[in-house]
Amino acid sequence: MTATEYKAGTNLEKIFSEGKFAVTGECGPPKSADGSVIANKADMLKGSVDAVNITDNQTAVVRIASLPSAVTVQQHGVEAIMQMTCRDRNRLAIQADMLGAHTLGVHNILCLTGDHMSFGNHPEAKGVHDLDSINLIKMLKDMRDDKKFECGDEMDVPPKFYIGCAENPFGDPFEFRTMRLKKKIIAGADFMQTQCIFNVPKFKTWMEEVRAEGLHQEIKIMAGLTPLKGVGGARYMKNFVPGMDVPDEIVDRMAGVEKGPPSHAEGKKLAVEMIKELAEIEGVAGVHIMAVEWEEAVPEIVEMAGLLPRPAVA
Amino acid sequence: MITAERKPLDEILALVGDNKKVLVAGCDTCVAICLTGGEKEAEILASELRIKAEQDGRDASVEHTAAIRQCEWEYLDMIAEKVADADIVVSMACGIGIQSMAEKFEPKLVVPGVNTNMLGMPQEHAVWLERCGACGDCVIGETAGICPVVRCSKSLMNGPCGGSHDGLCEVTGPEKEEIDCAWHLIWERLKTQGREDLMYVNRPPKNWSRSSSGGPRKMVREEAKPV
Repeated sequence: MTATEYKAGTNLEKIFSEGKFAVTGECGPPKSADGSVIANKADMLKGSVDAVNITDNQTAVVRIASLPSAVTVQQHGVEAIMQMTCRDRNRLAIQADMLGAHTLGVHNILCLTGDHMSFGNHPEAKGVHDLDSINLIKMLKDMRDDKKFECGDEMDVPPKFYIGCAENPFGDPFEFRTMRLKKKIIAGADFMQTQCIFNVPKFKTWMEEVRAEGLHQEIKIMAGLTPLKGVGGARYMKNFVPGMDVPDEIVDRMAGVEKGPPSHAEGKKLAVEMIKELAEIEGVAGVHIMAVEWEEAVPEIVEMAGLLPRPAVA
Repeated sequence: MITAERKPLDEILALVGDNKKVLVAGCDTCVAICLTGGEKEAEILASELRIKAEQDGRDASVEHTAAIRQCEWEYLDMIAEKVADADIVVSMACGIGIQSMAEKFEPKLVVPGVNTNMLGMPQEHAVWLERCGACGDCVIGETAGICPVVRCSKSLMNGPCGGSHDGLCEVTGPEKEEIDCAWHLIWERLKTQGREDLMYVNRPPKNWSRSSSGGPRKMVREEAKPV
């Protein structure tokens, strides 16, 4: 594939187009003006991942915005996947930020609806939700491919994006989840990252449906994974995070080891086993590791999973 | 009161599709008072649908009825038989009534014949003005009885923006209907009340969690529940 045929020519897009198994990480910007936090996380992940998600006011808590954070990680040698939610910005603001992202060299964009304000630290805020994530995907595709703004006006220089989306294979109604992914493909998504997977058998069932519809051939699917540091995190996700499906075996396994280093080691071991199992599933093109506030574990996990060094693409 | 406008006939026809037995159901409360969806308007729409079917050579029977209030279960019982007999119901009630019908008579096909648009005040005959946004956190005690949430185009809480001019909102364009600047009105009325000092208060950001931004709302009056 020549450079001109790429949609955006990002590292992530090239990894996929060369048929390599992709690895992405996640970096949550800090709840203060301390940009060095992002730089440090980028340094931790450099060389272990092909690109890193930069969250956009994740869980509806104010943090450094995703665009400047994305620029920071790229300055530190890690390609960014800038997350953009529909909660805080209307279509004018999003398109303006998207043009800015292109001019600053940020070309992987992950389109999300965004967690509701009531979960975050400003529960009294007015939610924007001018668009939903499917509208957002389509809007970016039209900007890129048709040089058009959402209103239909044309632009001279279109931005280049590799467009991502998310999907929760464990959300309900379960039978609609494959259809929802299809809608995102039709809207224009190039790659998809799933919500954290703990229930691998259920994910396999979902992937069977995805393959039956041939969707794995139309979009690059990355299996999402969160390494567990201890049983507390497992229980929290099982009981308090909406849409999360954590089987009892996982909780029991983490409960069976001592807190601290033994538990951390078990969490990493579990993550590696899961990566290997997920990578075997037909249609899984990569793994997305969301080590929330445990970024330093990622290089070791990726190495133990036999995924280092990361491929260099031209 | 809740106001609504009738949908264009073409849109209603598209919703009705090829269904043969059509019931147009009016509601004799709010939408009747705003001359949109009462029994009379239901009868008119039924006639239009009948004429159109005949013109198109389609075999369709169109009836009409009305409930005193489509938003209350007990009034729906009174039209249940007619609903049961229809393939599809075009409800001319507000969004609340339409949803009550769809829930009460599930899986009956119930489609809207109107667009519900506001909580409005009849200013003069056949003219309604938006007066309330049901934000769940009323501020008009401090704003001279004028709601800045829906009457200010930007829902400002601390006085007019820079676009207020000659008492008009900046959204008023050369070809548009004149819109009063809500904060200009508030200022003028506060002056007549000798309460201008209320304009100098710096109000904090509004709590939108009590509006629809907080998710679907539910009101329960425990003391009024039957024992």
